Amino acid sequence: MSEQAERSTPGKGLVNGLAVTLKTLTKRSTTQQYPDVEPDLPPRSRGVIALLEENCTVCMLCARECPDWCIYIDSHKEEVVVPGAARPRQRNVLDKFDIDFSLCMYCGICIEVCPFDALHWSPEFEYAETDVLDLLHDKNRLAAWMPTVPAPPAHDVLGEPSKEEATATRKLAGPGAATAAKTARPSVRPKPPTTATPEPPAAPGPTAAPEPPAAPGPTAASGPTAAPEPPAASGPTAAPEPGQ
Amino acid sequence: MPLWLDLLVRVVAVLIGFLVLPLVVGQAEHKVMAHMQGRLGPMYAGGFHGWAQLVADGVKFVQKEDITPRDADRAVFRLAPMVALFPYLVVILVIPLGPGGLVAQSLDVGLFFVLAVLGIGVVAVLMAAWASANKYSLLGGLRGAAQLLGYELPLVLSAASIAMAAGTLSLPGIVEAWNPWWLLWQAPAALVFFISGLAEIRRPPFDMPIADSELVFGYMTEYTGLRFAFFLLAEYVGIVVIAALTTVLFLGGWHGPASDHLGWLWTLLKIFAVAFVIIWLRVTYPRMREDQLQRLCWLILVPVSLAQLVLTAAVKVAL
Repeated sequence: MSEQAERSTPGKGLVNGLAVTLKTLTKRSTTQQYPDVEPDLPPRSRGVIALLEENCTVCMLCARECPDWCIYIDSHKEEVVVPGAARPRQRNVLDKFDIDFSLCMYCGICIEVCPFDALHWSPEFEYAETDVLDLLHDKNRLAAWMPTVPAPPAHDVLGEPSKEEATATRKLAGPGAATAAKTARPSVRPKPPTTATPEPPAAPGPTAAPEPPAAPGPTAASGPTAAPEPPAASGPTAAPEPGQ
Repeated sequence: MPLWLDLLVRVVAVLIGFLVLPLVVGQAEHKVMAHMQGRLGPMYAGGFHGWAQLVADGVKFVQKEDITPRDADRAVFRLAPMVALFPYLVVILVIPLGPGGLVAQSLDVGLFFVLAVLGIGVVAVLMAAWASANKYSLLGGLRGAAQLLGYELPLVLSAASIAMAAGTLSLPGIVEAWNPWWLLWQAPAALVFFISGLAEIRRPPFDMPIADSELVFGYMTEYTGLRFAFFLLAEYVGIVVIAALTTVLFLGGWHGPASDHLGWLWTLLKIFAVAFVIIWLRVTYPRMREDQLQRLCWLILVPVSLAQLVLTAAVKVAL
């Protein structure tokens, strides 16, 4: 009914249109004067991809998942002699890690798929070039973006603690108190997921379990957040990982 | 003052007005349109809020290559921008700015002269369209011709109404005879005159001949550099001329407080107010289709202006 009434008044739409433009005239414009004023970007903007080379295990997941195949990786194997081990271990050394930003469509799949947090979004966006070939960033250039990566968002206080955190507290508490770390947490959920339960009773061995073999995941090598576990970052032992 | 000095002062004054007023209106359009759309408009040229943007544009246009298409009718093609610009220059000559002969050239048949000269615009459009040897130009030009010829009628009829009311064809004479209550009595004529004036200068929403989304740029498609700049300048001088004519004929020209001293200021203020409305309409309304355009002209504006003419005649005879 109201629409009909609106239509029946001749010229009302015309006047409304004039009112809209006049109202907008009196408001402040929304333009951001970019080169003079830095844009006010959202905190996790997708500007450029940064590479943390130490975390990369050359698993090639990123290169394979990339929809337009703009990641180029080369590597070679190196033998590392571990004192006390029966035979030398092998590990992958990254030779080339290039991302062609003239092809990249900023989908972020490589960052999502990386199991070891070697790739990160950085909000920097001012890397336009006059030559398209210069948009191929090599691993040094990608590593140079790393300091611009914002700190990861704070952990959800009500969420489950990360596996690394849980393992570290368990180790600190000793074998007997393994379950205490879990029960101390405010139990928002009735029962923690079953993946966590098989670990604690199995762990209490006499040698305090240097590396829980039950955990198949990225507990050891997951980079910057794995601080409480110093032996984990030390290369070859940390790489019983998938996907070579 | 000797005659030649008097003449020189008048001609220079008209020339300055001809060059400055369109720039002011053009800059106002840049900024007003931008802010009506939530933007800022030009901000760099000249430093302060981009005041020199149109000057910079002019410099750019001068530097551009002057291209004449191979198949174009060269002489006509080159002449068209001048023909588009010239009538407006001449019209400014007879528009009174203030009381006491503050007009470059007072003509007893001023209104008749103005309407006759404005009609030359059609010729320029047709010249540009035909000489460009481009189908888009030709389509735009023919649309323009149909539009200009159609809207000439309500323009002249509504102007005739005010001339009849004032009893003179002289523009200063009309302003002299103007009374505030004419605003009410001649309101339909004023509206018709303003709308058909908008159509005469092919401003949005009546820019079907240019229609950049379908006809490239209508009859201006093939023009570059300085010649294109002349067409653009003609458009902005057109705004000034239509605003000035609406002011002089229907809004009482220099009438206002302290009009003996500040008459010229009142005229300018009214001209800018009307120019603002012209810009405002451009920002607000979408382009009218060709059939809607002709419909508005023949089914609404012409009958309204004829009725106004009858009303004016009746009142004139009765009083």
